[in-house]
Formats: sequence, structure tokens, C-alpha cells
Amino acid sequence: MTAKLSADDLTLIRGERCLFEGLGFALNSGELLLLEGRNGCGKTSLMRAIAGMLSLETGQVLWNDVPVLKQRQTFHGELVWLAHRTGLKGDLNMVENLHFEESLRPQSGRDREAVYARLGIERLKRLPLRSLSAGQQRRVALARMLLADVPLWLLDEPFTNLDREGRKLVMELAEEHLAAGGLCVMAAHQDVDINGPVTKIQMQ
Amino acid sequence: MSDSGPQIPGIFSGLWATARRDLLLAWKRPGDVLNPLFFFAMVCTLFPLAIGPSPEQLEFIGPGVLWVAALLSTLLSLNSLFLGDFEDGSLDQLLVSPQPLPVLALGKTLAHWLTSGLPLVLVSPILAVTYRMPASVVPVMMLTLLLGTISLSLLGSIGAALTVGLHRGTALLSLLILPLAMPVLLLGANTVSLAAGNDIYTTGVWALGAYAIASLSLAPYATAAALRISNE
Repeated sequence: MTAKLSADDLTLIRGERCLFEGLGFALNSGELLLLEGRNGCGKTSLMRAIAGMLSLETGQVLWNDVPVLKQRQTFHGELVWLAHRTGLKGDLNMVENLHFEESLRPQSGRDREAVYARLGIERLKRLPLRSLSAGQQRRVALARMLLADVPLWLLDEPFTNLDREGRKLVMELAEEHLAAGGLCVMAAHQDVDINGPVTKIQMQ
Repeated sequence: MSDSGPQIPGIFSGLWATARRDLLLAWKRPGDVLNPLFFFAMVCTLFPLAIGPSPEQLEFIGPGVLWVAALLSTLLSLNSLFLGDFEDGSLDQLLVSPQPLPVLALGKTLAHWLTSGLPLVLVSPILAVTYRMPASVVPVMMLTLLLGTISLSLLGSIGAALTVGLHRGTALLSLLILPLAMPVLLLGANTVSLAAGNDIYTTGVWALGAYAIASLSLAPYATAAALRISNE
């Protein structure tokens, strides 16, 4: 299945500041969109706008050529957002957290144990997330992303808190995702080394 | 076009999943549940101590005090309805969930009512004894509290959603909710008073039921819209 994420003439004004103006892109299956720029330049805002959480001054984001705001549920069913805050509950353990996320989505058929093993978190199942390190929590968030098994990944600073191997793993996962025909939007201020068609947006 | 993919689970599984998660969280942090309940019990027991043990007076103020305490304790617990989710980012995840947001908001409100409204209804008979409430009136009081706390939780979820992004939004939340909560308080307290005076009270119960149903059908949409606005 091929999918397409595009945007045209996006403008976002926050208070007095114009974060971006006339921004557009088109992303097809197997392509990566890399948002680059210094802190506070609006990478996260753009990502929220893509997810349909911000109202823009002008322009719209399209998923398969239909505005995302007109098909919010369908669109949200096909994206997963790895945000800066993991969105996992510290009082619940990994299995409980992931079970909640899974029960909101269609069964993906991914092998849970294989995903846990790949991310190196198979031993942490019964510990409350609060007791895990920040990097381990991020790995659990990555597990949620993999288990959702959706075409569009929105990754906001995915390397935060991860060790060297973790970063490499994220890049590998993204490469595999792209190779399998997925789409990926990534905001990063570190060097990203991913094989595949990359579109870059340098934000001011 | 998208029918080829696996279907998104039905809305009841979304409702149940959200409610279940919040109940599980409440189970792991019982303090959050017990606080409002403790407040309710404390206010209800302090009034007789301060006013004096005159039976007529206690009988007279009983319904009003119980109802005001119930309202305040619900307001107290509402602040945390979306706050935890807002702080750890799970609210953002709910906003991009494939499930309809009103359903998820309703699931959270259901869990809130089960952990704040329902316990309050269950302990109220014990407190009613302090006010020498006749045994025949106690079921009426419990019924009005049951219907009333459902309305309060639902209406309160709108205020909680609107103020979730603000720091220390408790006062604002109370101000926003009070006009909507006022009918519940008046109907509830007066219905119990009427029942205690052996008057016809069923009208009040029906009105409270109607208010609860109206809240149930409208509040989730308002809450969802408020969540989207306050998370822009």
C-alpha cells in the first residue's frame, strides 16, 4: 500500500512570532522528512501541525490527498507519534502501558516478545516505569511505536536519552520502516545517518 | 480504501481501555482517591461539632451540608482529571489516538466518577446518621447523590479540560463549573429536604436524572473540544 503525506503553504504564528511561513513538502512511501534547526525554531510545532493538533494560519496537511482534519480518525489510525514526553504512565509497568495503547488500535500481529528483545527491554516487563531510566523509558515508547505497526512515524527528537547503541538502533529501525514502504518525519538536531530518500527542511 | 486494513477496535473498547487504565492508576495510588473522600467525611462530621448537637437543627441542615460537601469534594478531585495525562504527555497521545476523543474523555470521566463520586455515595449513609436523617430518607439521599455526582463529574470534565494547560487552575475550574453545578446542588439538597419533610420529592429525582442524561450526552463532546483547544 502506498501512502502520501503532503503539505502546502503552511504558516503558523505563535503570539508575535511567525514560526514558519509558506512551508510545503510532499512525502511518499519509503521517504524520510528530516526537520532540522536549532532549539525553539518550531520543529515540534510543525510536527503537532502535521498530526492535526494545531490550527494553522494558512495551508493544510494532506494524507493521501485528503486534508487530515477531514479524516482525523483514519489519519490518526495510520500514524504514531514519538513525542518528547513519552506519554507512558510511571505508575504502570511496561506491559500495562503497552496493553493500553494496543487496545486502542487494531491488532497489528507483531510479535511482542521479538520487539521487546530487539529493543533490549524484555527484562523490564514487570517494573513500574517510574523506576526505569530515561533511556529505558524511551525504549518502551519505541516498543509502542513498533507494535502499532502503522505507515507514518512522527519522531520528535527520537535520540533523546538514548545511548550510542540506542541511537544506532533507532536509525536501523527507521531504515527498515522506510524500506518496508513506511513514511517517517523526524525532527533532530543531531547528525542523522539514514540510508534512503531524505527530504530536508531547514527551519529558521 | 482503508477498509483493507484491520478495523480499529470499537468505541466500547476505547472507553473501557481508558477507564481501566485510570482505575488501575487509582488502585496504585490510593491516596488520590481517598483525599476527596476524606474531605467529604471531614466536612460532614465537623458541622455537627461546630453547630451543636440540637437534633432539630441538625435534621434541618443535614441535606444541605451533605450536598455542599459532596459538591466541594468533587470539585477538589476534578483538578487532577487530566493533569497527570497532560504532564506526562499521554494526553497528547490520546489526542492522536485513532479512537474518537469524546469516547476517551468519557472513559476518563467514568473512571473519575467510579473513584470519586461512587465512594462518596457509598459512605453518605454513615454520615447521614450524624444528622439524624430518618432511615426512609437515606435511600433518597443516596439516589440524588448518585445522579448528582454523575452530572458533576461530567460537567466538571469540561472545566478540567479547559483549565488543564493552566497552572493552578483549580480556582478557575470551580468558577467555570459552579454555574452548571448550581442546579444539581439545589435540586439535590431540596429533594432530600422534601423527602425528610414527607413531601412529594419524585419530581426532583426525575429532574436530577434528566440533568445527568443531558450531561452524559453533551459533556463528552464539549470536553473533547476543550481538550483540543487547550492543547493547541
